[in-house]
Amino acid sequence: MPQIFKPSANTLAKASIVGGLLLAVSLIGLLIGLGRSSYVTRAQEFIEQPIQFSHAHHVGDDGIDCRYCHTSVETSSFAGIPPTKTCMNCHSQIWSTSPMLEPVRASIRDDRSLRWIRVHDLPDFVYFNHSVHVKNGVGCETCHGRVDEMPLTYQQNSLQMEWCLDCHRAPEKYVRPRSEIFTMGYRPPVPQSVQGPELVKAYGIESLTNCSTCHR
Amino acid sequence: MPSSRLLLIVASCAFLAACRQDMHDAPRYEPLEASTFFADGRGSRTLVANTVARGMLREDEHLYQGKVDGQLTDTFPMPVTTEVMARGRERFNVFCAPCHGRTGQGNGMVVQRGFRAPPSFHDERLRTAPVGYFYDVQTNGFGAMSDYAAQVPVADRWAIAAYIRALQFSQRATVGDVPPERRAELDAPAPQEAR
Ligand code: HEC
Ligand code: HEC
Ligand code: HEC
Ligand code: HEC
Ligand code: HEC
Ligand code: HEC
Repeated sequence: MPQIFKPSANTLAKASIVGGLLLAVSLIGLLIGLGRSSYVTRAQEFIEQPIQFSHAHHVGDDGIDCRYCHTSVETSSFAGIPPTKTCMNCHSQIWSTSPMLEPVRASIRDDRSLRWIRVHDLPDFVYFNHSVHVKNGVGCETCHGRVDEMPLTYQQNSLQMEWCLDCHRAPEKYVRPRSEIFTMGYRPPVPQSVQGPELVKAYGIESLTNCSTCHR
Repeated sequence: MPSSRLLLIVASCAFLAACRQDMHDAPRYEPLEASTFFADGRGSRTLVANTVARGMLREDEHLYQGKVDGQLTDTFPMPVTTEVMARGRERFNVFCAPCHGRTGQGNGMVVQRGFRAPPSFHDERLRTAPVGYFYDVQTNGFGAMSDYAAQVPVADRWAIAAYIRALQFSQRATVGDVPPERRAELDAPAPQEAR
């Protein structure tokens, strides 16, 4: 009976062990990578809205403050999406015949709410609160990115638990003075490694990593 | 026997899958979430017309209407402190400056983009208007300007009114109006929040 396994099969066997291991590791790596990719988290993805509302025009070009529209961001968990009336404060006169704004006018005429599509949406088993973050010196920009440069709103960060925890473990890396919360393109006047710990002390910020902080 | 037990386990697993409750989207409304239940599609209900929540009746004419005995008043319903002025400045810059400009001259960014130009707060007529008038305009709107009752709470509207008064004074103030011990501050750079 001829030999089935040639001597070279020895090397093949060794190589296939290594290869199999490599394959398993890279598959796991791929899965982890996929889990964090924007394909899963929907970060960096433009969302089609019923109206092409542009923060780049309203905030970047016209300098309107976030709070003009997101009125409850300092006082409640929910930042608030402006009602149609807020748009009409200005668009009763500006671009008042533009077809781009027809849904806004229709909404006022028929007393129907505009249906914005959510850009950020945490799972319902996570508790999040805007007012706490605003009071403790976390700027809009830190979580939402350069909103003033977004022609359509998109999610800047993954919003995964690991992202929240990265800051909750070491808030001094990100906190800024309360007067700069709404500033876009903020640059700390002194290095963050000096300013951060000082602010954490001044504002009495704790590192909240207990599960029940966010899952309550 | 073991095989039928196995079958039972496999089958019950299959049924379990049907019991999965989507915890990512729990059966409750988030703020402003759309509703299929209500005819107008709003999950957050609007107040029924002509109703007042318990304890929310706006009886205080001075505070809620800026009037005393039916006349616009020139007094404030609260003490005007440094905190109130700082709050007023901040809120003015957020809600009014887009049109009225940071100094109240009526040349804000939105006006530069084509909105009707409001009169300057430094006109004689508005300089002599009672503070209650500035509260009233914010609460009820005026001509082309819509009201800010929904965006600015009552206390903040008064703080803004106080700040507008200060703006008006500031345009005609002389160095003599500044207490001598604080004159040095005039040459210092503007505080951060005033920029
Ligand atoms: C003129 C009104 C206006 C101003 C000013 C404004 N926004 Fe918005 N914002 C909106 C509207 C309308 C939406 C909903 C449509 C959309 O998502 O683009 C929105 C959506 C958002 C969202 C996404 C919400 C979601 O669906 O998850 C974020 C984040 C946001 N705004 C942040 C900001 C920040 C930060 C500022 C200040 C730098 C700001 N906005 C200023 C009107 C405004
Ligand atoms: C404080 C005034 C103000 C408010 C409030 C406001 N806008 Fe505007 N909007 C403007 C101005 C000014 C422009 C012109 C943009 C420019 O030329 O920079 C504009 C332009 C637009 C345009 C068309 C031009 C473009 O590409 O941006 C759309 C669409 C629009 N706004 C939607 C909205 C919606 C929806 C709301 C309500 C959530 C809203 N706006 C609230 C001032 C306002
Ligand atoms: C610590 C991070 C963080 C900061 C700081 C932050 N946001 Fe958010 N924002 C979020 C998250 C997370 C969501 C999604 C909330 C949800 O799905 O329940 C969100 C949602 C929103 C929404 C959609 C409506 C809502 O409340 O769900 C708006 C509008 C918004 N943010 C505006 C702002 C503005 C304006 C600021 C600055 C004052 C700000 N955010 C600061 C993390 C942040
Ligand atoms: C850039 C920094 C930063 C990020 C990102 C961040 N947080 Fe926070 N968070 C803070 C700080 C600072 C506090 C205040 C801590 C304190 O009160 O001492 C806080 C407090 C909280 C609280 C406590 C609220 C309360 O009522 O006491 C909750 C809940 C919370 N964060 C949830 C989240 C969730 C969920 C995310 C992710 C979606 C998140 N945070 C992301 C900085 C951050
Ligand atoms: C700072 C806020 C925060 C803290 C603290 C926190 N979580 Fe989370 N957790 C989140 C967020 C946000 C998500 C949603 C992530 C997503 O959507 O991908 C989440 C999701 C989860 C999930 C579900 C994952 C899934 O795939 O559905 C589990 C399980 C979980 N957390 C367990 C824990 C445990 C256990 C702890 C304590 C050790 C903890 N969390 C502490 C914010 C937090
Ligand atoms: C969208 C632009 C806009 C914004 C924002 C705005 N206003 Fe006006 N305001 C106007 C215009 C335009 C007029 C002139 C109306 C007219 O004559 O028809 C006006 C008029 C006024 C007047 C004078 C009325 C008179 O007797 O001539 C006062 C007082 C006033 N505004 C206060 C405020 C305050 C306080 C705020 C902030 C809460 C504010 N406005 C925000 C556009 C605006």
